[in-house]
Amino acid sequence: MEFFLEVLIGGLLAGVMYSLVAIGFVLIYKASGVFNFAQGAMVLFAALTFVSLLERGVPFWLAFIVTLAVMVALALAIERAVLRPLVGRSPITLFMATLGLAYIIEGAAQALWGAQVHGLELGISDEPLELGGLLLSQFDLFAAGTAAALVLLLSLLFNRTRIGLSLRAVADDPRAALAIGIRLPRVWAVVWAVAGFVGLVAGLLWGARLGVQFSLSLVVLKALPVLIIGGFTSISGAIVGGLIIGASEKLAEVYLGPIIGGGLENWFPYVLALLFLLVRPAGLFGERAIERV
Amino acid sequence: MLYREAGQFSLHYADDRRFFRLRQDRLGLAALLTFAFVGVPLLGNDYWFSAILIPFLVLSLAGLGLNLLTGYAGQLSLGSAAFMAVGAFAAYNFELRVAGLPLLVSLLLGGLVAALVAIVFGLPSLRIKGFYLLVSTLAAQFFVQWALTRFSWFSNDSASGVISAPPLLVAGHDFSSPVGRYLLTLVVVSALFWLGANLVRSELGRNWMAVRDMDTAAAVIGIPLLKTKLLAFAISGFLLGIAGSLWAFTYLGTVEPHGFDLNRSFQILFIIIIGGLGSILGNFLGAAFIVLFPILLSNLAALLPAGLIDAGQVENLQKIVFGTLIIVFLIKEPEGLARLWQRFRERARRWPLRY
Amino acid sequence: MSNPPLLELEGINLSFKGVKAISDIGFRVAEGEICALIGPNGAGKSSLLNIINGVYQAQQGRIRFAGQERRAMQPHAAALGGIARTFQNIALFKGMSVLDNVLTGRNLKRRSSWLEQALRIGRAPAEDDRQRAAAERVIEFLRIQPWRDEIVGTLPYGLQKRVELARALAAEPRLLLLDEPMAGMNAQEKREMSRFIVEINREFGTTVVLIEHDIGVVMGISHHVVVLDYGRKIGDGTPEQVRHDPEVIAAYLGTRPAAA
Repeated sequence: MEFFLEVLIGGLLAGVMYSLVAIGFVLIYKASGVFNFAQGAMVLFAALTFVSLLERGVPFWLAFIVTLAVMVALALAIERAVLRPLVGRSPITLFMATLGLAYIIEGAAQALWGAQVHGLELGISDEPLELGGLLLSQFDLFAAGTAAALVLLLSLLFNRTRIGLSLRAVADDPRAALAIGIRLPRVWAVVWAVAGFVGLVAGLLWGARLGVQFSLSLVVLKALPVLIIGGFTSISGAIVGGLIIGASEKLAEVYLGPIIGGGLENWFPYVLALLFLLVRPAGLFGERAIERV
Repeated sequence: MLYREAGQFSLHYADDRRFFRLRQDRLGLAALLTFAFVGVPLLGNDYWFSAILIPFLVLSLAGLGLNLLTGYAGQLSLGSAAFMAVGAFAAYNFELRVAGLPLLVSLLLGGLVAALVAIVFGLPSLRIKGFYLLVSTLAAQFFVQWALTRFSWFSNDSASGVISAPPLLVAGHDFSSPVGRYLLTLVVVSALFWLGANLVRSELGRNWMAVRDMDTAAAVIGIPLLKTKLLAFAISGFLLGIAGSLWAFTYLGTVEPHGFDLNRSFQILFIIIIGGLGSILGNFLGAAFIVLFPILLSNLAALLPAGLIDAGQVENLQKIVFGTLIIVFLIKEPEGLARLWQRFRERARRWPLRY
Repeated sequence: MSNPPLLELEGINLSFKGVKAISDIGFRVAEGEICALIGPNGAGKSSLLNIINGVYQAQQGRIRFAGQERRAMQPHAAALGGIARTFQNIALFKGMSVLDNVLTGRNLKRRSSWLEQALRIGRAPAEDDRQRAAAERVIEFLRIQPWRDEIVGTLPYGLQKRVELARALAAEPRLLLLDEPMAGMNAQEKREMSRFIVEINREFGTTVVLIEHDIGVVMGISHHVVVLDYGRKIGDGTPEQVRHDPEVIAAYLGTRPAAA
């Protein structure tokens, strides 16, 4: 029983990491209506920039701020060069554009910083902590705490500020938002910048866990099942979805793996999400699109 | 002036349904086919066959497969490489385990197995629309890759999981030379493209486009959504399966799951975006681009002073340029190279006049 | 009425998440007549049309069409039974040509399989000719030949409406449902469309149920008028009867009917 709980909690905490990445997706989807495939590349780019600055002797907090500035600049560039020309096009077109974007950012990241793995030390000890008779990773707990803080921050942003209101308006109907005078470019820039910030935090945490390397951009793809279960438009959904995916993935790996074979985690989340979709096409917290004929 | 169209009228509906209504276009096609079947084998060298023409043909076919599903029927898919892998491994196993089975039949059966797998992963399309469907094809991509590596039965229990392709014997003739492989590929690809072109002009093709453009209206006028969507997956899977077999048998010479990964799926998606969604010609144009562009880029880099851009960077540069081109095409010419060609042709028809 | 009713609705009730859209509506449409559904916006007219061809299913009520009684209509059954329609916001396949759109209307008349068509064998070639000929007849009837090969999405609004009508006609329907076929048209276009509708009714004997706001058109071409207001039926009869009905007048002018 203890083992099961440890695996479960380990999975939940890993799931929190997925949620962090998924939140970035949700933000952009809420505001631009597009599934930003380039999110993974952006996370990677943020982590790489940060690590490279650290390696050149730049102090932690300065590196953080500089990287944040770079991400914001990147966000603005994306808004200008990619989003604006594609206003009003189909979601599939936008998705394909973000695919192209992912390639650009990945290529640029590799060109600038090289392909080796960089280690990232965040100063959190990896010693297991004992809580109620169970062994838990301190790192995972720290990540969970960070995620919680982030969610709180974002909820405040969305629900208590004016810009948050504009964001929600734009998410609902960009053209109507334009009609009432909301400056779309500004809103998009803010959202992509916030997503960049979330991406940076996620990138740092993931980078500390896995080392900063290219498989990081594959984490992106895992966010898709998370979003499907949680719904594309809800941050709480991203959290819940991440927890579900993290836990089920770990449990499947440990309990089903010996029977079916290793490497289960490569496809299990997708099949799970697929089955989920068949039952609830809009996810747990998502909105059902109403089609008027 | 090149196109003297006066007097060329369709007298029967059948004439109007032809691929090329104008005599000049038909002559052009005949010339092209003659060149492809006769001229190229005489003029080409081994490098061109093995490294350029064969991958070009096979990727065009793969593009056609995905285009039918995504460009015509509007079902987004990132699982193309998985269906190719299924086709390749199935064909290989049929060749291996069923004595005396002709190569072409194995290819066909491989395609059918791929079609079945595609149907399974396409079933969710009945409940799930548009973008969410990605998850089903992604599941296919990852699951198939895992299954083919995990269960060594598929690769005949070979230690490395990599197997060599079966000998290319058709009707007693050996097609394993570069020219032979080229001709075999050319015949198969031409036949399947003829089939595909007929399909998109048939009622099924129209039903696909109807489902793509507005599926609620399609249902209301009586188009069977279930059958239409599943046929799209099945036929797409079939074509991709055969493309996969050709990729393994005539291009690589080995059958391995590694080459059919997510990157390959992306590559095929890029082919149809750059070439043109919902177009037949676009598949050739997109595939030509994908095959020739890296070569062009390396040659250009080689021209620059040594050390300015090293080999590794060329690959990164390629990624950046690809990504940029995708975005540029999506913004400027969403119908891809095929549309550009069409505009060029329209000017050629009027030339030397302007309107 | 000498003709048996082609369509009969009884006790139809429709709600969307607690909001009642249609309350207890019933009426009959005779075969071969043009029946107009009129009423202020939001009265439930489009919803009623959607119920007739199965896009919506009513919570209560019965539909009798062509002698068959059902609890609710399904879209495919409606299409097979000979019901065709046009939509308020044009539901054409914008990426296809006019000819292709019209041809999709004939999809239920096909006998050859997709494989025959792909290989161009068997029943396919002859059938292709027949379908094309049928589509051309409709195109000629509605006079849209010059735009046969144009992509529908590039055509002006009025033409798109005609193409949508062509697609519906191509199915050779017994019952044609038209949802505001003249919306957004100028006077001349309205006259043309009215003529088409009348011709369709006279030449092919097609029963028409149409939603229309232009009272002049309604009075001019319909045999039978049904008036809706707030999801209830408040008038049902010939144009003359309905035009003098006090409750109808009140609904349109906004005055309360005097207590009887």
